[in-house]
Amino acid sequence: MLILSTIAVAAAETAESSGTLPQFNMDTYASQLFWLAVFFGVMFWAMSTIFLPKLGGIIEERRNRLADDYDKAAEFKAQAEEAEAAYHQSLADAKAKAASIAAETRAQLDEEIAAMQAETEEKLNARLSAAEASINEMQAEAAAKVQEAAVETTQALVEALINETPPADKVTAAIAAVNS
Amino acid sequence: MTADFILKPIVAFAGPLDQFEIVPIFPFGAEGLDLAFTNSSLWMMISVIVACLFMFYATRSPQLVPGRMQAAGEMLYQFVSDMLRGVTGNDGMKFFPYIFTLFLFILMCNMLGLWPTIPGLPHELHTFTPTSHIIVTLALALLTISIVIITGFAQNGLGFLKLFAPSGVPLPMLFLIVPIEIISFLSRPLSLAIRLFANMFAGHLILKLFAGFVVSLAGVGGLITGLAIFPLLGNVAIFLLEILVAFLQAYIFAILSCMYLADALHPDH
Repeated sequence: MLILSTIAVAAAETAESSGTLPQFNMDTYASQLFWLAVFFGVMFWAMSTIFLPKLGGIIEERRNRLADDYDKAAEFKAQAEEAEAAYHQSLADAKAKAASIAAETRAQLDEEIAAMQAETEEKLNARLSAAEASINEMQAEAAAKVQEAAVETTQALVEALINETPPADKVTAAIAAVNS
Repeated sequence: MTADFILKPIVAFAGPLDQFEIVPIFPFGAEGLDLAFTNSSLWMMISVIVACLFMFYATRSPQLVPGRMQAAGEMLYQFVSDMLRGVTGNDGMKFFPYIFTLFLFILMCNMLGLWPTIPGLPHELHTFTPTSHIIVTLALALLTISIVIITGFAQNGLGFLKLFAPSGVPLPMLFLIVPIEIISFLSRPLSLAIRLFANMFAGHLILKLFAGFVVSLAGVGGLITGLAIFPLLGNVAIFLLEILVAFLQAYIFAILSCMYLADALHPDH
């Protein structure tokens, strides 16, 4: 409203003075169009060939640089992750290896211990049986000697009593009969 | 009165329409074709020089981490390219230098035209707004529409005429729609031109009228002189508004140009 009324006032004023707005004075059109073409053309030329390519170039370069940096960062991250995975892998490998070595050693030791135990037991058993055998032998020997002594004593007693030596086999039989 | 002494010469000079007067500075042109270098030409030249100086300093030593001027230049670049890409898509980017020049040229003409005239300068050196003349805005609008028509037919052949017959409209409706679309297409350059011209014209007119009230009231003397403060404050407010309008109209002109170019690229939207 304000604009309209102002234009109305201005128009009225103009009507009083010169009759027409400067904007509608066609004598000036050719000059305005000519110089507009010149200056707009010069500016378009300067912008499109000098300034905009320069400014666009640096913006583009920055964008590429940023993209490159992002790519590089992603690459480094991937590498770091790879290294971490390799580290974990080797750690797990080492642990498994250590465990297997321990188990192997334990098994070997168990085996050796068992072998030594068996050997020792065998030796002991052998000695035991040898000792038993010798004891038995000594017992038998002793028993034989006792038998012999008994026979001889019996013969000597019988000789002293009746002055006759009984044969050994009869004495032996008599002693066996007494013993049983 | 001292006030009279200072104000009289200006009062005598300043009609609200004098600021739109075209005043020749150097004569130029052939017989019967007056191409004189005028105050309008001068301010177009100043606008182009300021725009180019700005771009020169913005691009003088381009760096990956921009300095202050470069950052400002890049901001302008991104602003215009985002606007164009947003409206036309990537295939419209070939018009980027044109839209950028158009926007910056109109912006500079509008903004620099708001610069207050230095008192005492002869009329041909008064601040002038080339975009307050309809022939200039009409020429720029027709340039845009010419590009639209040429691109439209070059890219789509006769398919460009689909612009006037939107798809999916039933046949009987087309008899109504097509004339409306044709009229709206023809009115585009006019509305572009008149919108910019009228805004610049009216803004400067109001500024000058209010300034005239200030001078008239101040010249009355006595208590009434004090009332001059009101149109003065009004003028300050309108001046701030005009700065916004100067930017906004350049933006509107540029974005509407983008939309019309989008029509040329994709007529069957």
